Amino acid sequence: MTAVLRLAALSAWSRRLTLGLSLIAIALAVTLLLAVERIRGDARQNFAQSVSGVDLVVGARGGSVQLMLYAVFHAGAASNNISWDSYRAIATHPAVDWALPLSLGDSHRGFAVLGTVPEYFQRFRHGDGEALRFREGRAFGGVFEVVLGSEVVQRLGYRLGDSITLSHGMSELGPAHGDKPFRVVGILAATGTPVDRTLHVGLEAISALHLDWVGGAPLPGVNIPSELVTKFDLKPKEITAALVGLKQRGDVFRMQRFVNQYRGEPLLGVMPGVALDELWQTIGIVERSLLAVSALVVLVGLAGLAATLLAGLNERRRELAILRALGAGPGEIFLMLTAEGLLVTILGALLGLLLLGAGSGLAAPWLLERFGVVLATRLPGNEELALIGAVILTGLVASLVPGWRAWRRSLADGLTPRL
Amino acid sequence: MAALRITDLVFRWPRQARPCLDITHLELAAGARVFLHGPSGSGKSSLLGLLGGVALPQRGAIELLGTDITRLGGRARDRFRAEHIGFLFQQFNLLPWLSALDNVVLPCTFSARRRERAGSSPRNEAERMLRHLDLGEELWRKPAGELSVGQQQRVAAARALIGRPEILIADEPTSALDAERQQAFIDLLLQETAVVGATLVFVSHDQRLAGHFDRVVALDEINRAAQEVTA
Repeated sequence: MTAVLRLAALSAWSRRLTLGLSLIAIALAVTLLLAVERIRGDARQNFAQSVSGVDLVVGARGGSVQLMLYAVFHAGAASNNISWDSYRAIATHPAVDWALPLSLGDSHRGFAVLGTVPEYFQRFRHGDGEALRFREGRAFGGVFEVVLGSEVVQRLGYRLGDSITLSHGMSELGPAHGDKPFRVVGILAATGTPVDRTLHVGLEAISALHLDWVGGAPLPGVNIPSELVTKFDLKPKEITAALVGLKQRGDVFRMQRFVNQYRGEPLLGVMPGVALDELWQTIGIVERSLLAVSALVVLVGLAGLAATLLAGLNERRRELAILRALGAGPGEIFLMLTAEGLLVTILGALLGLLLLGAGSGLAAPWLLERFGVVLATRLPGNEELALIGAVILTGLVASLVPGWRAWRRSLADGLTPRL
Repeated sequence: MAALRITDLVFRWPRQARPCLDITHLELAAGARVFLHGPSGSGKSSLLGLLGGVALPQRGAIELLGTDITRLGGRARDRFRAEHIGFLFQQFNLLPWLSALDNVVLPCTFSARRRERAGSSPRNEAERMLRHLDLGEELWRKPAGELSVGQQQRVAAARALIGRPEILIADEPTSALDAERQQAFIDLLLQETAVVGATLVFVSHDQRLAGHFDRVVALDEINRAAQEVTA
């Protein structure tokens, strides 16, 4: 039997060009499959780690998914703001350890601007409870100071001390707050979360920007210059949302009930874990479809292999007849063909794994920069090994077809194939 | 002991109504050199398949070296073929992607018996045979597919005879050669078969070659199935 397998390997080597093409197709398909699986897993993890240690996210009443989207991911817009009084009522509730006000709605060249308090930089947690770190500079202190996320800096090339202006609304073409420039005083280290794509200013800055605005548009003829804004009361009247940490996590349902039944205005409190899961369910269809498509690509690759082996069978009738004459049984002929297909599948899967390793090393910075996806270079996990196992198993099944054909044919041809 | 004894043989291919072989009796003595004359349609390939044990007759016995191979199982027939029979075909006898030398050694990888009978080293034996068959040493390690047809047939003869099988079945081995080389090749084959002491069954439709052999058997005469077709 080992003799037959050795001959199978030598025979395959003599047809290395056609088999090589099948092998490359399988390798690429496996790379795609594993990459999708890995990105899927990593994206999900990034997603789940975008906020950590927050017990409740509070906003105006609406959908919990929508609240998560604007409060945590700074995507989309809030339907309503919540009043400063409501925020104070929550923040001073005896069960609450800390609360961070979030004021959203302005942007800078497509990046969201977040108005908050300096405490945000100490309190905010992401990943496995990691705090924000300043790569350079410090938190904002003065009204017209801004702290940038790492991606903002990477994409727009700002440095400490640069002066930037903000736009009203999320559109780059929206009316500008060009009359009130900000100075960059801090740059945050990369986190792989929406923080990287955010500009952070004080709540007072948000108030100051909108002193001479009414109903979303600048008041005609009124222009309050930056130097004078401190003369005005910059205490915020409204914020968009708040992140709340409790003294005891066990109080979370009680606190949620307090928020949802707040009499002052209709509020909504959601637990981030629950809402993120709900949000992921929606996105989950996309990732599962992607996985299904890559599984199909693998199937196409394996079908191609089976087709190549079947097509080659005709040219190899002599070869098989010679082996029969030398004493090979039909079983060994079957084994030879099946082993060849299996060998190509296994080599293809290994090459695919190798390509993924090399590719993720090369593509990881690009993926992080372009899509904010953190792709870790690591040994294949259990799910990936299971996928590879499934690919090899399917390859074996696909190889049984040419094996079976060769077996049938070697029985019919005997020692003298009629060509 | 006869090298081959066929008794009351009837063979029909699956899904065919009529038998293509119907032989009452054929016996070949050990060491004989037999010219089996088989025009096309006389059941030649069927007989080869039966002798090789890759097909089974519906009736009758095929005794090779005293063993009725129709009573053996499939694996045992495959092993019997590997151990006792050397095959030589028209052309394309060799695995083109193996070297000439590796092609000659092949039977020794399939059969322990032939490996033992090839002496201490099958490779040395293969080299000895190739040298004896006048194949230049520079060709030994070339892929067999790159040799000329005549060279390939000599390599194939060496392969069929390595490990001294008792029976050598040659199926039109000279049909791809020109007349001059045919002569030389048959001489070589007869000589080598004699050295090995094998029974040679030389199958051909070309009656002009019959003169070299001890005995001539006309397949269409002993095969009653073929007679019915022509009648």
